[in-house]
Amino acid sequence: MAKELWKGNEAIGEAAVRAGCDGYFGYPITPQSEVPEYMSWRMPQVGRVFLQSESEVATINMLYGGGAAGKRVMTSSSSPGIALMQEGFSYMAISEVPCVVVNCMRGGPGLGTIQPGQSDYMQATRGGGNGDYYNVVLAPCNMQETVDFVQEAFDIADQYRNPVMVVVDGLIGQMMEPIEWHDVPKRDIPPKTWATTGKHGRDHTNVIQSLEIDPESCNATNGRLHQKFMEMKKNEVRFDAENCDDAEVVVVAYGTPARIVMSAMKELREEGVKVGLFRPITIWPYPTEQLRKLAGEDHVKNFLVVEMSEGQMVEDVDFAVQGQKPITFYGVSGGAIPTIEAIKEHVMALLKEAK
Amino acid sequence: MLKQVICAGFGGQGALSIGKSIIEAGMAEGLNVTWSPSYGPEMRGGTANCHVVLSDEPIGSPVFTRATGLIAMNYPSLVKFEPNVVPGGLILVNSSVVTEKVKRDDVRAYYIPSTDIATEIGNIKVANMVMMGAYLAATKAFKVETVEEMIKGMFTGSKAKLIPANIEALHRGMECIK
Repeated sequence: MAKELWKGNEAIGEAAVRAGCDGYFGYPITPQSEVPEYMSWRMPQVGRVFLQSESEVATINMLYGGGAAGKRVMTSSSSPGIALMQEGFSYMAISEVPCVVVNCMRGGPGLGTIQPGQSDYMQATRGGGNGDYYNVVLAPCNMQETVDFVQEAFDIADQYRNPVMVVVDGLIGQMMEPIEWHDVPKRDIPPKTWATTGKHGRDHTNVIQSLEIDPESCNATNGRLHQKFMEMKKNEVRFDAENCDDAEVVVVAYGTPARIVMSAMKELREEGVKVGLFRPITIWPYPTEQLRKLAGEDHVKNFLVVEMSEGQMVEDVDFAVQGQKPITFYGVSGGAIPTIEAIKEHVMALLKEAK
Repeated sequence: MLKQVICAGFGGQGALSIGKSIIEAGMAEGLNVTWSPSYGPEMRGGTANCHVVLSDEPIGSPVFTRATGLIAMNYPSLVKFEPNVVPGGLILVNSSVVTEKVKRDDVRAYYIPSTDIATEIGNIKVANMVMMGAYLAATKAFKVETVEEMIKGMFTGSKAKLIPANIEALHRGMECIK
């Protein structure tokens, strides 16, 4: 299939259309405003719903309603907007309503900056709202993965009846890169017999709500949901390991920083430096076991974690490595982007230390 | 082959378009490409730039500090990005706007009066295609036929009348590189 040149945010919108998204709800915010802009003409063109909401709080509740009616629904936003949506994520998790949310992350906290960031890692991977729940969080590092994962996200959400997030950073949203619209893996999705679409002769009324006032009952629900999250942990972990078979320094990074590491790694390998890249593709569930196993390999001397934050994923790396090997962190935040040169310097410094 | 090019200028000068033309030509020749714009609290008349990568291998970082090429459409862009060009790298200066010279002597610098040439052709909007022609001739990154085909694909229907001016601009730009 021929490659096409797409801008990140527009490609995210088109990917959702191709995945059968019935309704897109959103509110403009840099650096993802091209998503609602694209959807504002593309969704009506295919006879589906586009709605610009009055706020992000309204947006996420529109997803709650649309998802409860059995429709494939999506929104996209950027960090401060996603923060406003957290209540809705939590409600949808206990109500088991699927939805897809794209977070085109920018630097924070607060309104912060409109430049790229990864400071929403904790919020994304720990549920974000109140209560015991998780979202599956996919973290693509290039345009092809972004369009593939947005399409797959709808199936994952429907399979588990749970919100699924795709996190990119502002750079991925703004850049252009060729992509191929190939088939993505499809899952068997059971009919949505739970949806609130009218009784139509059914012997019971479908009720979707998040209030479980009786502790025993709420405890039982949480236990059942927990089983589901354990299933996700078992089935949905994705990661990529490049040059890790003989690496002395393993760099752990996701999203745009992972791409920058790839460039640094190429240069370092040409200089004979044994460096590898471990790239989590799902940041929840995290590839903990895989990273732990790698940490146990004799050839691995050091880990370097690179993020566009002040150090968030590094806690998951710490948990995975369990003290088997030292971990160093290099991060920039507030819209700054790590450089190839700085990554190389950090790797070289670690090698020097090890000798 | 790895080319990392910064295209920069005032908003509206076509710096982002030049970058887009470069990646479209690269893509047509089967190269891997990325185009990353600066997006900030930009204002009309402010500066805009993009980072362009062309490679025959999968592209790692879409942004970089070491550029193999710089296309500077205005003076602030030349000042800002001249230090980023690698020794032996290429700097194309839009000399219709920039009267200053490149300070470094370890780079290949060419001065392209792109706006003047575009005015001579009769359409100031083709200035970016003049720069594209200069970039093509200076780097031999792609074939002239590829860019000509790209121009034909870019302007269709009622806009097809813009094809000859753009192709002329391309060739005039190429002639600036000796």
